[in-house]
Amino acid sequence: MSVTEILFWFLSVLALGSAIMVVASKSPVHSILFLILTFFAISGHYILLNAQFLAIVNIIVYAGAIMVLFLFVVMLMNLNAESAPPQKNKYILYGGTIMGASLLLVLVAAIKQSSLTGQMVETNTGSTGLIENLGKLLFTDYVFPFEISSVLFLSAMIGAVVISKKEA
Amino acid sequence: MPINYYVFLALALFSIGVIGVLTRRNAIIIFMCIELMLNAANLLLVAFSKLHTATSNLATAGSDAQIFVFFIMIVAAAEVSVGLAIIVMMYRNTHSVDVNFLNRLKN
Repeated sequence: MSVTEILFWFLSVLALGSAIMVVASKSPVHSILFLILTFFAISGHYILLNAQFLAIVNIIVYAGAIMVLFLFVVMLMNLNAESAPPQKNKYILYGGTIMGASLLLVLVAAIKQSSLTGQMVETNTGSTGLIENLGKLLFTDYVFPFEISSVLFLSAMIGAVVISKKEA
Repeated sequence: MPINYYVFLALALFSIGVIGVLTRRNAIIIFMCIELMLNAANLLLVAFSKLHTATSNLATAGSDAQIFVFFIMIVAAAEVSVGLAIIVMMYRNTHSVDVNFLNRLKN
């Protein structure tokens, strides 16, 4: 077993375990911390695939900005395990779990039949995910969507301010 | 690594997100499960981009997929800021983040 495989299995178990804890834990703060752990595991997968730019952006944008925003909102509302809404209906819990598990089962069964089996992903090498390549592409072919996304951010900012004003 | 492993990992992460959206009632946790599903899709896109690099003879094949993932992250960041503003407003009106209080549109 090579180092890449060991790292792959370690990161996969970490991502899946902490993703399950996001759903299962009672306190929202614990959920957020486990979600940050999941994002770090996914960033590890990106580094393993040599997508270095996306790994760094994932950590900065997701684990850094978005999750801090979540933590900030949770602490603003002073939510904890006691103030969480109680799980009144057990059937929703069982039904949702069974539905999600059967969705996974159907998708895995469908993919297992496909022709993807045996094709290898390139790990550790390649210049596809480096900043040099992606930066050039972002400022030549994709410069228009890149500029449009700044308009999107502006409208999102205005929307957030308008929505959260005291009396709109 | 075989592409199957990445596909199955992304499917498992996505299904965990679906289970969270269906079972939890806390609006913030539902929102976080949506982020989890977005990340599963991102992981799948990056894995397929590297598969494309491995099978193509062009050195930088598959760059488009990674740009696409970058734009998904941008949209997710904008979505989170508006969504959390909506949750804050909901908390201010109902003093709870339980999504079951949001059934007034039903009738």
